[in-house]
Amino acid sequence: MGTNTVDQEKGANPVGKIIMYIFLVFWALVNIFPIYFMFTFSLKSNEEIFGANVIGLPKNWLWSNFTTALNTGNMGLYFLNSLLVTILAIGISMIAAMMATYAITRIKWRFSKLTNAFFMLGLTIPIQASIVPVYVVLSKLHWLNKYSTLIIPYSAFALSMSILICTGFMVEIPYALDEAARIDGCGLAETFFRIILPLMKPAVSTVGVYSYLQCWNEFMFANVFISDSAHRTLPVGIKALSGQHTTEWGPIGAALVIATFPTLIFYLFLSRKIQESFIAGAVKG
Amino acid sequence: MAGNNTNKKTTDIKKGITIFLFLLPGLALFISILIAPIAVSLYRSTFDWNGFSEGTFIGLENYKELFTNGSIKFMTALKNSMLLAFFSVFVQLPFSLLLALLLGRRPKFDRAFLSVYFMPVLISTVVIGQLWLKIYNPDYGLLNRFLIAVGLEKWTHVWVGDVKTALGSVIVPTVWQYIGYHMLLMYAGVKGVSLDLREAAMLDGATKWQVDRYIVIPIIKPIIRVSVIFAVTGSLKAYDLVRILTEGGPFQSTEVPSTLLENMLFLRNRYGMGSTISVMLIALCFAFALLITAAFREKDE
Repeated sequence: MGTNTVDQEKGANPVGKIIMYIFLVFWALVNIFPIYFMFTFSLKSNEEIFGANVIGLPKNWLWSNFTTALNTGNMGLYFLNSLLVTILAIGISMIAAMMATYAITRIKWRFSKLTNAFFMLGLTIPIQASIVPVYVVLSKLHWLNKYSTLIIPYSAFALSMSILICTGFMVEIPYALDEAARIDGCGLAETFFRIILPLMKPAVSTVGVYSYLQCWNEFMFANVFISDSAHRTLPVGIKALSGQHTTEWGPIGAALVIATFPTLIFYLFLSRKIQESFIAGAVKG
Repeated sequence: MAGNNTNKKTTDIKKGITIFLFLLPGLALFISILIAPIAVSLYRSTFDWNGFSEGTFIGLENYKELFTNGSIKFMTALKNSMLLAFFSVFVQLPFSLLLALLLGRRPKFDRAFLSVYFMPVLISTVVIGQLWLKIYNPDYGLLNRFLIAVGLEKWTHVWVGDVKTALGSVIVPTVWQYIGYHMLLMYAGVKGVSLDLREAAMLDGATKWQVDRYIVIPIIKPIIRVSVIFAVTGSLKAYDLVRILTEGGPFQSTEVPSTLLENMLFLRNRYGMGSTISVMLIALCFAFALLITAAFREKDE
């Protein structure tokens, strides 16, 4: 209702409106094109890509590019590595964040605000800050080239944002619930596990989405800490593959699609949720 | 009385233990991976150190060398990230703001537009970088082929391999990829402006642009501040696209602090200097965050 009145009364400028739509559509195309380009060239042969059919749909759908990427490019393994690292990092940081948020927001004690501010430092600290010492310590402990080499730092780097988002959700839960639980004889820990945690389900997906993107796409730590091919994650694997197949574009395109489609599928079904988690993560920070 | 007191004490201790246990996993992760390493970096930045021996204490020599020794290229790296920050703040953010304001007028399909514009943010920078490599490829890349097709052959370049165009080739995708991110944040603010307020202003004869300029933008200023901070600190932290597109080349002309940091570890075995770059990065990120916050506050007064 309200929108229409605004549009009709003052927006009586059809030319302006048309220009606006042309601009919006143009920008949409600019943003869709790279993804379209990726999907189409992943199914083409070099002859097609380098020949006349650069940006059209593939004439011969060359699924063998995907088998090349999966077999000789090891993308299947890298996919599973990424999946394992991401899921465990999300799990660890989620549990740690929920517990810390509970201690900060729902238990009254003197330094709760200070502790929260301490965790929030992590939002500004660049990931590069810790790379040298962490690398030296890990290599002295012979801890490079393992899954945990990435899982632990990823959990740590996802933590601050997870606490920030969890706090937003946890303060919304009425405090009367805690008091009621206390009267019923629940201890602090019991209140957390039996009352608060079940009510934090909406936070799980918001936090999870944010952490997923952070871990799934992370490149710098993975590139520095993982040198053996058995533990590579997708971003590092793609870099390696593009080094081997400099002249063949199809398999690289296939690898890019393999690395991107889970995110795109998530986005297709959860676009609003994903956008909300980004807003929750920034507006309060 | 006394019994009551000890009782209270035991509950207090119990409470303390509970708080500690609940904070433990988070603090352990946070301190071991973020806080302690910063302290170590700070300490090691005063050493000439190869990472494995004891190293020699050299005071602030690393910092001095960082700024004076041209072969380290730190000034180039700093200049590059400042340039990236400049384009982020003065090209990327105004563009994001424009999109947010337009979508805030609730055109048809605004949800669809928003979702499409936000898509590049979700895709790994490595993937984005690979796609742009295919666009920049000198022989078969889309950009050169497009230029040839429209008769602008003399504009074609070896984009990422030419000193003149390499930095620009890194800046364009970086700026492009995160337009959607800032747009989303600003749009969330724009949508929060009440329709009554807009309508009232328009009944008073304000045009749509005037409403945006005098009502919407002042309201979303805190969000713009956050965006500016993210854009600048993000530029200082840039790494992925440089690694993928140019590897810091040609002739180290596109190095950024993070790629130098990595070179110090793997090419030069200079862990002390690497720590120094880390410390500089943290210091710059915090300094800019404070500076930008202060600048916005000043403007308000």
